[in-house]
Amino acid sequence: MSGDLFWILISAMVVNNFTLALFLGLCPFMGVSARVATALRMGGANIFVMVITSLTVWVLNTFVLTYAPYLRLISFIVVIASLVQIVEMTIKKLSPTLFRELGIFLPLITTNCAILGLAIFQTNRGYGFLEGLSFAIGAGLGLALALVLMASIRQQTELSDLPGLARGMGLVLIVAASLSMAFMGFAGLLSS
Amino acid sequence: MTIRGAPAWRLVSTLALAGGVAGLLIVVVFEWAEPQIEAHRAAVLAAAIDNVLASPARYDTLYVVDGTLHETPPEGVLERDLERVFLGYDESDVPVGFAVTGGEPGYQDIIRLIFGYDPGSGEVVGMEVLESKETPGLGDKIEKDAEFVAEFDGVQAPLVGVKQDAGQGDPGEVDMITGATISSRTVIAIINNRLEELSPLLDTYPATVKR
Amino acid sequence: MKSETTAQYDLIRGIWRENPVLIHLLGLCPALAVTNTVANSLAMGLATFFVLMGSSLLVSTFKRFIPHEVRISAYILIIATFVTIADLVLAAVVPEIHKALGAFIALIVVNCMILGRQEAFASKRPVSRAALDATGTGIGFLIAMLMMGSVREVLGNGTLLGYSVFGAGFEPWIIMILPPGGFLTLGVFLLAMGWWRGRTEGEQAKVRHWPHGVTTRRAA
Repeated sequence: MSGDLFWILISAMVVNNFTLALFLGLCPFMGVSARVATALRMGGANIFVMVITSLTVWVLNTFVLTYAPYLRLISFIVVIASLVQIVEMTIKKLSPTLFRELGIFLPLITTNCAILGLAIFQTNRGYGFLEGLSFAIGAGLGLALALVLMASIRQQTELSDLPGLARGMGLVLIVAASLSMAFMGFAGLLSS
Repeated sequence: MTIRGAPAWRLVSTLALAGGVAGLLIVVVFEWAEPQIEAHRAAVLAAAIDNVLASPARYDTLYVVDGTLHETPPEGVLERDLERVFLGYDESDVPVGFAVTGGEPGYQDIIRLIFGYDPGSGEVVGMEVLESKETPGLGDKIEKDAEFVAEFDGVQAPLVGVKQDAGQGDPGEVDMITGATISSRTVIAIINNRLEELSPLLDTYPATVKR
Repeated sequence: MKSETTAQYDLIRGIWRENPVLIHLLGLCPALAVTNTVANSLAMGLATFFVLMGSSLLVSTFKRFIPHEVRISAYILIIATFVTIADLVLAAVVPEIHKALGAFIALIVVNCMILGRQEAFASKRPVSRAALDATGTGIGFLIAMLMMGSVREVLGNGTLLGYSVFGAGFEPWIIMILPPGGFLTLGVFLLAMGWWRGRTEGEQAKVRHWPHGVTTRRAA
């Protein structure tokens, strides 16, 4: 069983990375990833929200949604939006400094496909409590990893001699293509 | 323009009303769509069972509960929560074999397949991949390479995977795909693991069936 | 309120000049994820069009009843309803394509493009204009999807809509239908468009650094 949990975590983190293989969470990936420090904070906020979402979704799936599977999407999105609002208010009250650093990113996370994608994948694969948790941690770490990698590369390229029009989003996507290709190398990890 | 400065009850009631209408709309569409979705699911399953058991005349669904096979789900348990195997019969109502599903992580992601098993001869009689996200052009040969799939038509369980041209002619040998060893090995492992779990029940059928 | 733009402009704007995917970089998740074949791109484009149109019409019709403070939640509720309907209809009518698109149908809900159009346009304009805007944006999205899909399918599979283009001897460039291919295709499109803009606009050409869709607007 623990072998399964570890596989789920590693698979979500690198083998089927949320951003580079599953194309989730691209808005923050493109927009936020110019500074490593920012990327780290965004990644951290994401992991946090993902874990809480995973737990909430598990509760919803197990106790509420077995009777009305078609209301799944609406419940998820409402829950995620409320969750982020609650998390934001809690952080604001508990730690104003943390809020100032993270605050802008939290609303971004609501419309972030990564969180909803996490909820949907977890449901489709029928993950239990621990498996869902593993999945959320792995996915969050993977997202943070992709963000930080992209940020460090972009920070470097700012100092290099690129043709003017290659800067900006075109370059980010080409770099993302290389990262994605590199991450494909993780396939087969943990296979017998 | 949206209204500004509305009282709190207005906020809640608008959302509640919208939610109610939304829910209603979805239920209506769901009632229309569900029969078609179910029909398709059943058709896909029937086609797969047909494939791996070489076109049986009909099949029964048996539920695995606590080490025995049940013909109907026990009281209070949802059908979809139960593990199922399918028993195919030919025209003269003689059982031809069980169709069993299984899934395990392969190279890229989880591979799900269905295979046919004949307890009389102890042979695997067919295999079909239901879901796979293996690498196109390499790992996906487990479903696209007709020769590989044919390897499972009549091979003695437990299966042993061997590299191409390295086999010794044992009845349980399956030639793996060059360049897709992990995917091939996973397919073999799924079948072996499922049989290890289930053959005590399947081999002693009909004694294991609860009516 | 007097509209500053003509009806014609509202329609045409979304198709190319302010194409949601290629210019504003919205809706990237589906644009990259399901464009590995033209059939999938078409289905996703049409499903998104349906959701966008339905939501815009509804939001514009009921805008006077939606309190400002909860407007985002209301938009999301409306969008989620249409997405659920689209999901069920696709599953019932074209189950193969539904399986291929998978979770991404549900993810139309968080397509920043749709929410953005509600916030920026449909909630402020009459129904007819909202319909035109939705049509233009939806067509623009569809065009972008089809562009991505055709390049990726032709190069990565040698087929277009399942019909072989190059004949049997073609060795497909498989990476194009895998995730890196999605990034690469869109990246090359953007570079090409940037280069073209540089040539036509000369010194005034500005470099886009930030996707337009990244906002700090709060979900209510």
